[in-house]
Amino acid sequence: MLHNKSITELSAGLAAGEYSSAELTKQYLQRIDQHADLNCYITVDQEGALHQAAEADKLIASGGAGPLTGVPLAHKDIFLTEGLRTTCGSRMLENFIAPYDATVVTNIKQAGMVTLGKANMDEFAMGSSNENSYFGSVLNPWNIKMVPGGSSGGSAAAVAAGLAPIATATDTGGSIRQPAALCGLTGMKPTYGRVSRWGMVAFASSLDQAGPMAQSAEDCALLMNTISGFDAKDSTCMDRPVDDYHANLNDSLEGLRVGLPREYFSDELDPAMRKVVDDALKVYEGLGAQLIEIDLPNTHLSIPVYYIVAPAECSSNLSRFDGVRYGYRCDDPKDLDDLYSRSRGEGFGAEVTRRIMIGTYALSSGYYDAYYLKAQQLRRLIKEDFEKAFEQVDVIMGPTSPDVAFPIGAKADDPVDMYLSDIYTISANLAGLPAMSLPVEQVNQLPAGLQLIGNYWSEARMLNIAHQFQQKTAWHQQKPVGFFEGGS
Amino acid sequence: MSISDDDVKKIAHLARLHISDEQVPGYANNLSSIFELVEQMQSVDTEGVEPMAHPLDIVQRLRVDEVGETDQRDKYQAIAPQTEAGLYLVPKVIE
Amino acid sequence: MSWETVIGLEIHAQLATQSKIFSASSTAYGAEPNKQASVIDLGMPGVLPVLNEKAVAMAVKFGLAIDAEIAPRSVFARKNYFYPDLPKGYQISQFELPIVGLGKLEIELESGDTKVIGVTRAHLEEDAGKSLHEDFDGMTGIDLNRAGTPLLEIVSEPEMANAKEAVAYMKKIHSLVKYLGICDGNMQEGSFRCDANVSVRPKGQEEFGTRAEIKNINSFRFVERAINHEVNRQIDLIEDGGTVVQETRLYDPDRDETRSMRSKEEANDYRYFPDPDLLPVEITQDFLSQMRQKLPELPEQKKQRFIEQYSLSDYDASALTSNRATAEYFEEAIKLESTDPKLTANWVMGELSAALNEHNLDIEASPVSAELFATLVKRIEDQTVSGKLAKEVFEFMWQGEGDADTIIEKRGLKQITDTGALEEVISTILKENPDQVEQFKAGNDKIIGFFVGKVMQQTKGKANPVQVNELLQKLLQA
Repeated sequence: MLHNKSITELSAGLAAGEYSSAELTKQYLQRIDQHADLNCYITVDQEGALHQAAEADKLIASGGAGPLTGVPLAHKDIFLTEGLRTTCGSRMLENFIAPYDATVVTNIKQAGMVTLGKANMDEFAMGSSNENSYFGSVLNPWNIKMVPGGSSGGSAAAVAAGLAPIATATDTGGSIRQPAALCGLTGMKPTYGRVSRWGMVAFASSLDQAGPMAQSAEDCALLMNTISGFDAKDSTCMDRPVDDYHANLNDSLEGLRVGLPREYFSDELDPAMRKVVDDALKVYEGLGAQLIEIDLPNTHLSIPVYYIVAPAECSSNLSRFDGVRYGYRCDDPKDLDDLYSRSRGEGFGAEVTRRIMIGTYALSSGYYDAYYLKAQQLRRLIKEDFEKAFEQVDVIMGPTSPDVAFPIGAKADDPVDMYLSDIYTISANLAGLPAMSLPVEQVNQLPAGLQLIGNYWSEARMLNIAHQFQQKTAWHQQKPVGFFEGGS
Repeated sequence: MSISDDDVKKIAHLARLHISDEQVPGYANNLSSIFELVEQMQSVDTEGVEPMAHPLDIVQRLRVDEVGETDQRDKYQAIAPQTEAGLYLVPKVIE
Repeated sequence: MSWETVIGLEIHAQLATQSKIFSASSTAYGAEPNKQASVIDLGMPGVLPVLNEKAVAMAVKFGLAIDAEIAPRSVFARKNYFYPDLPKGYQISQFELPIVGLGKLEIELESGDTKVIGVTRAHLEEDAGKSLHEDFDGMTGIDLNRAGTPLLEIVSEPEMANAKEAVAYMKKIHSLVKYLGICDGNMQEGSFRCDANVSVRPKGQEEFGTRAEIKNINSFRFVERAINHEVNRQIDLIEDGGTVVQETRLYDPDRDETRSMRSKEEANDYRYFPDPDLLPVEITQDFLSQMRQKLPELPEQKKQRFIEQYSLSDYDASALTSNRATAEYFEEAIKLESTDPKLTANWVMGELSAALNEHNLDIEASPVSAELFATLVKRIEDQTVSGKLAKEVFEFMWQGEGDADTIIEKRGLKQITDTGALEEVISTILKENPDQVEQFKAGNDKIIGFFVGKVMQQTKGKANPVQVNELLQKLLQA
C-alpha cells in the first residue's frame, strides 16, 4: 500500500529501492481506473506514465536522480502538455493536443516526475465547485454527494482519494485553497510572479498563479522547489532567486506575529467554523506565536472588485477561441460571424459565457470608468490594507472558506451565492500575495481549512509556519473512508 | 444596475457568443444580480487613487532582438479545423 | 462658398527589427504562408508576449528625432475586436500612455516656405496577419506571418491644409525613418503606409467638419490623389445639400476614387484596457542618453554641415541630404578621391540621379558604386576627360566596365593634353582653311568657334576645349 504515502516518503522509498517508479505508477493507474466514478481525471496517460516511470527507474539506478524523480503526479488540465490532450474542462478544447509544454510541465519533467494524467477542473478555471466542467462534476471523496470545491476540484479529489500523491493546480481567486480546504489538503498559491504562467491557459492574467495541491506543507515545499523560478517567456515572472523551501521547515515559530483580521472573524462567520479555526490558532499560540487583531477594512470590496477584474481580463483572454486555428468549430458556418458566434456559443459553457459577458460589459464604452477603472482603484486600496497589516504582523490567518463542502447542485442556479464562497481567498489574488490552506479539525465530518496569507515572497516562512502546525496536529493525515483501507 | 434583454443581446454580439432567445432572460437575470453585487464599489470614494493593473510594482523586461523560431507550420496546423495551402480557412470575408 | 481642407495623417512604419515585437519569429518578407508564425503569433492558449528591446529603442530614436517628449512610463493596451487576421481577438497596442508624446516636424512647401506640423504621438503596436481572398472554394485564407510585426504608428495633428502638404509631410517622415534606420520604407511591401483623415469646412469656420478616414494608402502619388479626390467628393456632397458621414473609406487607384468600407459596426467598441500580460515600459534617463548618442546625424543637421564643410549652396545641400543614402554616397565619393565637393555634387545630382531615375532604382541599388563614381569625378577634375567624354565614361561604368581609368584606356577616351600633338592638328586645320584665318585677322573673333569645332571633330572630342582655345589664339596671332 503505497498510495497513502506522502511524496516525502515516496521520494525516500524510491531512492532506497524499496519499490520502483514503475510499480508505484502502475498502482496509481490501477487506482485511478478503480475509482473512475470520482471523475478526477479528464485524461489518463497510461502509456506515457509507464514510459516516464521506466525512464525514472533508469535514472534512479544510474544515481542521477533528484528528490522527486519517479514520483507520480497529476496536472490540472489547464497546463499545456505537448502531445497530450489539454481541455481546460471545456468543450472548446475537447480535442486540443497542445503543441508545446507549459514551463511548469517542463520543470516537472526535468525533475523526473511521472505524469499520470490531466485532472478535471471547472471550465477555464471558472467556478468553486467543479460543477462547471464539460467533462462532468468531480465527487468529493469525503462524501460523494458533495462538491470537492473548484476550480482545481479534480486535483484536490485525486490527491484526497489517493489517485495521485500530489497534483499541480492554479489559483485565480481561491482555486487551489478552497478545494484544498474542502478535501482536507494542503495547498499553496505562491506570490504572483513566482511561478511561470507560460503554457497555462489564461483565465485572468493579473491574478492567475500555479501552485501545489498536496498532502502536507512539506510536500508542498518539495513541489514548490521544482516549479518556482524565473522564466524569460513570462514578462510577469519575477527574476529573483528562489529560496530552498524545504530548508527551513523546522525553524521555530517563537515570537511569530499572527494577524487576525476582524473582518474575517465577524458575526457572520459560522460558529462551528469559527471554533475549529480558533482551536488551530491556539496550537499556534502553543508554538510561541502571538495573536494580533488587525484590520483589512476593504475586505468587503474584494468580491465586487474581483468580479470585474477577472471577467474583464477573461473576456479578452478567451477571444482567441474563435474556431479558426484550433479548438471547437461549429458545423456549417454560414458566414464569418456565424462561425465565431456559434463556435464560441456552443464551445463555452454557461459560467464561462456569463463571465465573458460581465467582462465585455464592464469594459464597454460608457461603463469602463464606473466598473473597470473603479475596480482597479479599489484593488490598490485592498493591496494597501495588506501592506499596512504586514508592518505589524508576519502572517495573516483565518478560515479558507466560509463553508465546508456543499452538496452537488446546491448553488448551481445562483452564481452570486457561489461567488460569495470566495470571500476570504480572493483578496490575496488581488494583492498578489502568497496564501495557503491547511486542514484543521473537521466540521460536520467534512474537512475545513485554515488560510495563511503571507507577505510577498515569504513562501519559505509560510511553509515553515504550516509545517510546524502539522508537526503538532494530525488533521492533514486524516483520510476519507473507502479509499485507503485494505491492500491497495 | 439592471441588465435588460437587449443589453444581453448587444453584449453577446460584441463578444461573439451565440445565445438562444430562450436563454436571454436567464442571462439578463444573472448579470443583473452580479452587477447589483458589484454596485457596492460605488460607495467608496477613490478620488486620486492610482488604478492598479498589476499586483507587483515592476517594469517590463525587454527581449534581445533575435530570431529564435523555426518553421513548425505542419505541427501547428495539425490541430486546425480547416487549412489549405498552408492557410487557415474561414468563411469568405467581405470587405 | 470657399472651402478649407483639414488633413491629419496616421502613418504606420514597420520597424526594421529581426524578430517580431512580442515573439522570436522572423519578420523577413515573403516567406510561405504561416511559416513565420510561432505559437505566440498564432495566439495559442497559454502563450505570453515579451517585448522586443530593439522596437523600444527605435521608437525612442524616432521620438528624439522629432523633438518629442518620451514617456518615462508607457503602457501596452489591448484593442479588442474579432477579425480572422487578428489571432488573439485583440491587438496589442498603446492607448492612453504612448511611448512618444507630442513632437514636431518642419516641412518645405512648394513656395519655398517652411511649415511646422505637430506630431501628436507615436506608439508601438503589433501588425495583423493577411487575409487572402482568392478563391478557396468560396473561403478566405489567413496567413499570419505578418501578425506580430512591430509597427510604429505616427499620428499627426490635423494641420495640413492640402494634399501637397500631406505628401510633403509623409515624405519627410519617410526620409526620417530611413535616416534613423528604423524602417526600410518599402511601400510596395507595406513597410510604410498611411491612413488620411480628411475633412472640409467653410473658410473661416472654427470647428472641424466631419472627417472621413481613408485607409491603407501605400504610395505618395496615391496619397495626393486620394486626398484630392476625397476633398472634392466632400465639397460636392455638401454643396448638393448632403452631409459627410464619419466613416472609413478605401482608395481605389484603378478608378481614382474612394469608396465606403462597410461602416465599422457597433461604433468601434474596442474595449481598450491595459494588457495584464505586459508591464509598464520604463525609459530611464540612462537609456535616453544612450539613444541620443546612437542617434545618427539628422537631415537638417547634415544639410547645415554640408553647407559649412563643403561650401555647398542651400539648394545642393538640401537635395543631397533629402535621403540618407544619397548623402552617404556623396560623402564617400569625395572622401575616396578627395574630389571637389561642388563638382561631385553636380555629378551626383545630374548624371547619376538621371540614370537612377531612368532605371527606377534607389541609390543603394546603383550599379555604379561610390568608389567607381569617385574615379570618374577625379578624372573630370584633372581634365583627363572632358565633361562630354565623362558622360560616355559614366555610361560604360553603368554597364559594368570598371573604373574610370580602365574605361578611358580601353575606349580611348583620354583627352589630348599633349601640346605638340594639338599644335600639329591646329596647324593643319589653319592651312586647310585660309579664308577663315583671313576673317579672324580682319577682326572676326567669333570665327574662333569654327576652328574649335574643327579641332574637336578631328580629335573625336578628346581635346581640351580650354587648351584648344589658348593654342588657337597663339597660332592665329603668330
